[in-house]
Amino acid sequence: MPVALPESLRLTKAQVRHYIAWRCARELQDGVVNLGIGIPILVADYFDPSRRIALHSENGILGVGPSPSPDAADPDLINASKLPVTELPYTSYFDSALSFAMMRGGHLDATVVGGLQVAENGDLASWAVPGEDVLGVGGVMDLVVGARRVIVAMTHLSEDGEPKLVSRCTYPLTAPGCVDTVVTEFAVFKFREGRMWLTELIEEMDLDLLRRITPASFSVAPDLQRRGRAGVLPLLKCYRQQG
Amino acid sequence: MAVTSRWTKVQFVTAEEAARVVRRGQRVMVSGFGASGIPEAVLAALADWPEATDLTVFSNNITAGTGLERLFELGRIRKVIGTYFTSNPKVVRAWREGRIEIELMCQGTFAEALRLGGAGIPAFYTPTGAGTPLAEGKETRVFDGRPCVLERSLTADVALVRAHRADEAGNVVYRKAARQFGPLMATAAKVTIVEVDEVVPVGVLDPEAIVTPFVFVDMIVVRGDRYAGGST
Repeated sequence: MPVALPESLRLTKAQVRHYIAWRCARELQDGVVNLGIGIPILVADYFDPSRRIALHSENGILGVGPSPSPDAADPDLINASKLPVTELPYTSYFDSALSFAMMRGGHLDATVVGGLQVAENGDLASWAVPGEDVLGVGGVMDLVVGARRVIVAMTHLSEDGEPKLVSRCTYPLTAPGCVDTVVTEFAVFKFREGRMWLTELIEEMDLDLLRRITPASFSVAPDLQRRGRAGVLPLLKCYRQQG
Repeated sequence: MAVTSRWTKVQFVTAEEAARVVRRGQRVMVSGFGASGIPEAVLAALADWPEATDLTVFSNNITAGTGLERLFELGRIRKVIGTYFTSNPKVVRAWREGRIEIELMCQGTFAEALRLGGAGIPAFYTPTGAGTPLAEGKETRVFDGRPCVLERSLTADVALVRAHRADEAGNVVYRKAARQFGPLMATAAKVTIVEVDEVVPVGVLDPEAIVTPFVFVDMIVVRGDRYAGGST
């Protein structure tokens, strides 16, 4: 049964997405990163400018620049979400086989992908829902199998309030045992030594409530961090746009 | 009128001439990712060529508003092999109504299957897709402790590729991220037709920067049919 969350924990949908993206950006070290469709695409808005992070796009771009002004959009220069992007001084272009060689051959330092379910054994389900048509997979299976680090950016609960961190995935898998880190609007989990660890929890939520909305069994890391989420909200771009 | 290059067997043809290469029931590769890199001029000519029907098409998507969608709406495509069809509701509806067959592949497997098809390697193992519904019915074997799926490479009768420029020998370069599957498909079909924005004299393209050498190219079509000849 879905658990009702207290009013104090609720954010708007945009705030949730931007908070998760902001928190994912804090996970990234120097290197080449591929951002998946959905919340992950927002992560680029929150990169630490002191980091040397280059973006890879599956359609054959290494060194993806920010979105152009609408009148400067080039139809031959789009990202995996088919949105217009720009060129940087160090950009290169290549065909899809070389692009996926980067992904599948372990040359990407990290990827941030969305998720429908993550299981306590690190299985990821992110591309299909049982009982619905399965007509698209794209490049996500290649990404999560090949990238050196897989960060899943997803809401803690589904829109119906169902838990997404589960003991076993009931949705079709994207790949077994591929997840390294999960970032939700409440917590950060890491998979180490075959176990799922809670490494960060927002100050606004207590551990008992987190366990009630998290059927996946996890251990609490000895160095568990507490993060005040309220202090981050003013940094989010959705917040600023709303004034 | 078709003109043959002075230096190679590559022919410079109109979109209509190129379309007539395609026959009923053939396997046709079409480059494109979203709305970028799509050979629109040749696809438009194919729509007017009734023999191009009952086709099996290899393409990443069937994107709304493209010439490939038009061919699909004309009922010319029996089956499509690619990676992402969820974004076009017309295709989803046709699939539900049994009007089109869809074979879904992981995008990296799709790209690699094209590359190896063009390189004469008939099959390969990959960890991508192992343990998922896309591996069902496929042989799986463990390499270095990792389950891998046996995938078949892809070849076709015709490849329709969108590029940027060709020289008068048929060497081809692409533009930005519109390259994607084009150079791979060019290697993997019996007949490769490349649609370009312009043709330049030999020597203009940097030999270090040629992406598709002329050996993979059979015909060049210039958008708007501005190009008059290659060997004059």
